[in-house]
Amino acid sequence: MASSNKGIQVPTPRFRPGDRPNFDHLDVPQAGGLPKPAVDADSQNLKEFAFGLVRVLNHNHCAIGDWDPHLSSGMLLDGLKSMVLTRAYDNRMMKMQRTKRLSFYMKCLGEEAVAIAGAAALRDDDMLFPSYRQQGALIHRGADLVDMMCHCISNSRDNLLGRQLPVHYARKDLNWFSISGNLGTQFPQAVGWGVASRAKGNDAIACSWIGDGTSATGDFHAACTMASTYNAPVILNIVNNQWAISTHESIAAGSAESFAAKAIGYGIPGIRVDGNDFLAVYAVTKWAAERARAGLGPTLIETFTYRGEAHSTSDDPSKYRAQDEWKLWPLGDPVERLKSHLIVNGDWSEAEHDDYEAQCTDEVTKAWKESVSYGTLEDGPHSPVETIFEDVFTEQPWHLRRQRQALGY
Amino acid sequence: MASMTMIQALNNALDLKLTDDPSVVAFGEDVGYFGGVFGVTKGLQEKHGSGRVYDSPINEGAIIAMAMGMAVNGMRPVAEIQFADYIFPGFDQILSELSRIRYRSAGQYTAPVTIRTPCGGGIYGGQTHSMSPEAFFTHIPGLIVMMPSNPYDAKGMLISAMENDDPVIFFEPKRLYNGPFTGDPHVPASSWTKHPKGEVPEGHYTVPIGKADILREGSDVTMVGYGTMVHVALAAAEEAGVDAEIIDLRTIIPYDVDAVTNSVKKTGRCIVLHEAPRTSGFGAELTAQIQEDCFYSLEAPVMRITGWDTPYPHAHEWSYFPGKSRVMQALKTMMETV
Repeated sequence: MASSNKGIQVPTPRFRPGDRPNFDHLDVPQAGGLPKPAVDADSQNLKEFAFGLVRVLNHNHCAIGDWDPHLSSGMLLDGLKSMVLTRAYDNRMMKMQRTKRLSFYMKCLGEEAVAIAGAAALRDDDMLFPSYRQQGALIHRGADLVDMMCHCISNSRDNLLGRQLPVHYARKDLNWFSISGNLGTQFPQAVGWGVASRAKGNDAIACSWIGDGTSATGDFHAACTMASTYNAPVILNIVNNQWAISTHESIAAGSAESFAAKAIGYGIPGIRVDGNDFLAVYAVTKWAAERARAGLGPTLIETFTYRGEAHSTSDDPSKYRAQDEWKLWPLGDPVERLKSHLIVNGDWSEAEHDDYEAQCTDEVTKAWKESVSYGTLEDGPHSPVETIFEDVFTEQPWHLRRQRQALGY
Repeated sequence: MASMTMIQALNNALDLKLTDDPSVVAFGEDVGYFGGVFGVTKGLQEKHGSGRVYDSPINEGAIIAMAMGMAVNGMRPVAEIQFADYIFPGFDQILSELSRIRYRSAGQYTAPVTIRTPCGGGIYGGQTHSMSPEAFFTHIPGLIVMMPSNPYDAKGMLISAMENDDPVIFFEPKRLYNGPFTGDPHVPASSWTKHPKGEVPEGHYTVPIGKADILREGSDVTMVGYGTMVHVALAAAEEAGVDAEIIDLRTIIPYDVDAVTNSVKKTGRCIVLHEAPRTSGFGAELTAQIQEDCFYSLEAPVMRITGWDTPYPHAHEWSYFPGKSRVMQALKTMMETV
């Protein structure tokens, strides 16, 4: 196509509202096609992984190839159950937001495997520096739904004292860092955490997630530079879910073929993985974790997925993207794919799945009822008002004391 | 006791903490092998190893984010930003992250990071090596902001900063690194060896955060400043023959409000000094607080002596710097106001 020499050239998505999406242009390789390199492989020999796509589950729902992590049925079921529970939790919270019981919410529909398989491949003492769409990892680590809901409605039991927007969880007891609303800031912080872990002689590693859009930030490059310079034990994930609010991934990618390939310039391994394939995400994360734990440095992982819902409750995707994109997404639904795998293996059934979904719906309904018994955003009770002046400094200085008194406390 | 320059005193503070606390690390651009462009970390890598004192890539945001991540994991990093003028690529990490992590996590995570950075003019640094950007940081809840004016304080304050659990922005007036400076470039430079505050104990001691130092007691007028400007104030008051009470804040946030207001209530007059630009400078905050707390004691409007609201010029450095003659003129005007 001839291009004019005039004007600003801006990438555009293939499909907009009204278009019939067709993803034939995506090169989706067969599962099992890529070999699994040794954990201590030289990053210079791993370039094919930055442009390929690690996939384990094939179209018959069987696990094949070198990357098959050979997980026990128990581990797979745990993963599936976390994904189903996360979806039920999201649905409940979305409904509550739509009835104005919640100021704001963000679902992770379609991206459950990214966070949950990632967390499942890590140790509990590995530190997570999440973005705002990894709630599945928090649930998988055993967070109580009531605690999560109480945070989201900023009631008297919110462990963050009503200071943070919903879904910006912080749980030190679960090695889950405090989520920032400023995108990407946690990426270089995770590198620092990992460097400190090694400095102290520990083998716990750090793992962080950002989105495709955030790969454009300076903090992304800061993290990669620092991780490379100090050979940090850290896993850096770019969750390529195709959309940053209304901005297609091509706006951040430019002419780049892959986000994982950004790693090559830094001399660190970059691996692109099917983000809707629980087994593949698990296997790649495990590989990167073993590498980091052994002192062999960082890995950049691009989890190739699709954001099934709006960015948040504040935007309407029908205004900027084609309607059926997620339904037509060639990599499918991570829950359906793992479920089918377990059924093929004879470890699960449709009936059991339906029962479990119903059980999760009950569980989140009950959790919601209990949560609102500790207060609601609108009517309280909230944390005591004077707590707004606490935790600014270790000790309250005179100016904050005066301001607290001016407010009447 | 030993005679030390401010550089040696800061180096000594870092050396002591690197020795007695394994969680302390010091890093930044040119900080490791070379020992920093001003030599504050000189010899520390050789003594403590490259795992404790090391170079970083040129990325201030990354330096601060790394320090924060390390601090969250139980360490006490001291990050150097080579010039205060260079701190702004790291501003988001300071403003949105470092300063708020205790608050936003309701105390679950803390970040005891000390950010050291040379500030101020007087060395022909031009507009990118002369800034005094302290006011930006005083506007951020959760940060402690400090600026010493002599070797004794520099060491004790840096140790306090490193032992404190809150993040600290530690400004080092580079014009004072090797000697006191009264703001007159035509007078030969003096060294710290002849100054009482150049005598520094070799062992551990602290200068408390939030505590001002009354450098000179007086009854005519209160002069409040920090860093280089307290030396200018002392020289100007002496030459003008004014019995000024001169207060070195040392900690800018949270500053010693009692020291300031008690003094102003006594003298009834106040001049606030800083090298940074005037508009929205920290002098504006001090002036507002003084009129709120001391209104009925004031005999004249509070005056500000500051840098101009321009970038720091190169050739005209001495017309920009609020030196002795400007301070003397202000004292004259102040004392003539009835």
